[in-house]
Amino acid sequence: MADDQKDIDAVSGVETTGHEWDGIKELNNPLPRWWLWTFYATIVWTIGYTIAYPAWPGITGATAGVLGWSSRGQLAEEMEAAKAEQAVYLSRIEEADIGAVATDPELVQFAVAGGSSAFKVYCVQCHGSGAAGGEGYPNLNDDDWIWGGTLEDIAWTIRHGIRHEPDLDTRFNDMPAYGRDQILDRDQISDVAWYVRQISGQEHDAEAAARGAETFEIECSSCHGIDGEGVPELGGPRINDAIWLYGGSHAEIVAQINNPQMGVMPAWGERLGETTVKQLAVYVHQLGGGQ
Amino acid sequence: MLDQTAVEKLDVEAVNKDAKQNAQPLYAARKRIHPKRAQGTYRRLKWIIMAVTLGIYYITPWLRWDRGPHAPDQAVLIDMANRRFYFFFVEIWPQEFIFIAGLLVMAGVGLFLITSVVGRAWCGYTCPQTVWTDLFLVVERFFEGDRNARIKLDQEPWTGSKITKKVAKHSTWLIIAVATGGAWIFYFADAPTLAYDFATGQAPFIAYATVAVLTATTYIFGGIMREQVCIYMCPWPRIQAAMLDENSLVVTYNDWRGEPRMRGQKKAKAQGLVPGDCVDCNACVAVCPTGIDIRDGQQLECITCALCIDACDAVMDKVGHERGLISYATLADYNNNMRVAMGGENSGTIDPSNVRDQNGKFVDAIRGFKWREMLRPRTIIYTAAWAAIGVALLIALGTRDRLEVNVLHDRNPVFTTLSDGSIRNGYTVKILNMVAEPRTITLTLDGLPGGVMAINGIDAEPGTSFDIPVEPDRLRPLRVFVSQPRDMVAPGSTPFSFIVEEGEAGETDIYNANFEAPE
Repeated sequence: MADDQKDIDAVSGVETTGHEWDGIKELNNPLPRWWLWTFYATIVWTIGYTIAYPAWPGITGATAGVLGWSSRGQLAEEMEAAKAEQAVYLSRIEEADIGAVATDPELVQFAVAGGSSAFKVYCVQCHGSGAAGGEGYPNLNDDDWIWGGTLEDIAWTIRHGIRHEPDLDTRFNDMPAYGRDQILDRDQISDVAWYVRQISGQEHDAEAAARGAETFEIECSSCHGIDGEGVPELGGPRINDAIWLYGGSHAEIVAQINNPQMGVMPAWGERLGETTVKQLAVYVHQLGGGQ
Repeated sequence: MLDQTAVEKLDVEAVNKDAKQNAQPLYAARKRIHPKRAQGTYRRLKWIIMAVTLGIYYITPWLRWDRGPHAPDQAVLIDMANRRFYFFFVEIWPQEFIFIAGLLVMAGVGLFLITSVVGRAWCGYTCPQTVWTDLFLVVERFFEGDRNARIKLDQEPWTGSKITKKVAKHSTWLIIAVATGGAWIFYFADAPTLAYDFATGQAPFIAYATVAVLTATTYIFGGIMREQVCIYMCPWPRIQAAMLDENSLVVTYNDWRGEPRMRGQKKAKAQGLVPGDCVDCNACVAVCPTGIDIRDGQQLECITCALCIDACDAVMDKVGHERGLISYATLADYNNNMRVAMGGENSGTIDPSNVRDQNGKFVDAIRGFKWREMLRPRTIIYTAAWAAIGVALLIALGTRDRLEVNVLHDRNPVFTTLSDGSIRNGYTVKILNMVAEPRTITLTLDGLPGGVMAINGIDAEPGTSFDIPVEPDRLRPLRVFVSQPRDMVAPGSTPFSFIVEEGEAGETDIYNANFEAPE
């Protein structure tokens, strides 16, 4: 609007911007000068900021900024700081044996948190995020341990794995394939399966189970125990309980006797280091089933 | 009749006068305001309020309150590190923040109430911006003198004496500003300890940073920006219009008795003119901390500090008129009186002879403020809402629990089957001992047939009841495994309770949980 066409508001005597909405006009009151200075100051700040920090985009990247700051660098710094804080506890865990770790409330708290996060990275693929496992992958919450459920047993299993052949100390056993290799015939296998259902407290064919009992004693009890109570030293699973790795129905038991599936777990000792193994063991042990 | 020419016309004009008369450039330089000292009823009231509010602010963190050996003895403490707020006999945990929220709502409604009754009383009397500006003005006056001396000083060249005065003023301001920022941090830590640490350079960085920031804001807002904060930065002047109505008391220049304003009234009368009460001495403008002329009517800039009332009353006393040419008045009364003054019309010229009778008394049609006008639906509703929230908060405070239990049910896995076929559920049970004493809390499992619990870290046979020691004023989380034997497990979800009890105080709390089993 030209100067000679100034629109002056009659009530306030102030010039309007000339903008009008349904008869309402906007007054053109001046800014206070300090406000204008503040505005200029923000512009100066912006210039300084774009020089100090990464800002101007180019073809292959942006200007780096004279302060050399980057979000990646900041992350690295924060990770360093976090590592430094953790180092105190980690060195204590490294020095203590696992039993001592599990009786120090402070270390337990740290180990459970650390073990939990390591578990979520390395273990959940097979054992599940809640460590509840699945068919063929043991549930770590329960009180049934194939290779023993003490802290030391758990740590050993994590360290050396199961049937992980490159590690000479790995947990290893091998159940014969009674059907595939024709050690037992079809009826015998069925009878043994009925017997296993009997000792695990499930519905069963009593006659067949009685026949199977004899075969069980000869063929199975050396690894699974006289009463099917399991032999953790040999990794012979307990089979007189309510927990089944490959299913507890007659058909599933028959299938397992016929041509056993046997799980494999990697040895984590070298890859994760002893401190992490200890933390993992403490974490798994406190899930509810530790012995 | 007193000699009216004895009242001097002060050389002052409203800073926004120009804005109202001329078109404006892009920006406007601030005109420095040199408020003159006022004396009178409202000024005294403001001194008292200033002393009380500043006193509360500076003294509160130093008050002690014995809470026993397990809690801090500072009466008012916002303990951020431990997430506790102490206020005398009240201790608030973060989940009880609703009490603070309730107080804030009360403050809001209270502000609406006060504003609907007496306008921007908050702005004029108790707002920190007003209180500190007032305090800074006292300092300014002490070193540089009152209005005229300050104007003169500002126009003088920079002599040694001027520099001394200015340096003294700004140094005192800075000391006050540091003390203001300094007092703030004591609300967040043990005051004596922090004071010692602060003085010896051992306080945390955040303490120094906070003091620095608050020193800067106090100095800039109270010393330099002053009314600019109210006019340009504060949203309240924009909101207040919605709170006011025609029955709100606001600082008003009563044109109906003041106009036509004129100087030399004796001479004017001799010439046959009939002057209003206003002798046009500008005293009201000279004392105004926002530099406006109240005679221009209601303005956004007016913080209703009422100093113009004091200034005008003093002049009215001097010239022998009734006080109250500028007064707290409602718009309703004002409009009524204006009609009377204009001879019953809604517009026209004010004729003082319509206002006063032959004896110089106001005619009966002139209305003054009556207390009853404060009672109207709006103020009654505000008061009722304010009081209702207050009563509700008090009841809530009086009946709140100091022992609580919160339970998180494991979701992954929801349940675990054990070797013997029993079903186990995992819970995180959090016992909150909200008193500053160590207590032994009994945790009981109730209503789950055959159910027993085992607790990580507590070496005992599974059972239905455990005594759990809990540290003073702490939450203790427990990993609790509840199991139910195979033959008693009901498929699906079974409700049961975790009960926490404390014998001595007889406190108890129940959490209704669920036990999950395969369908």
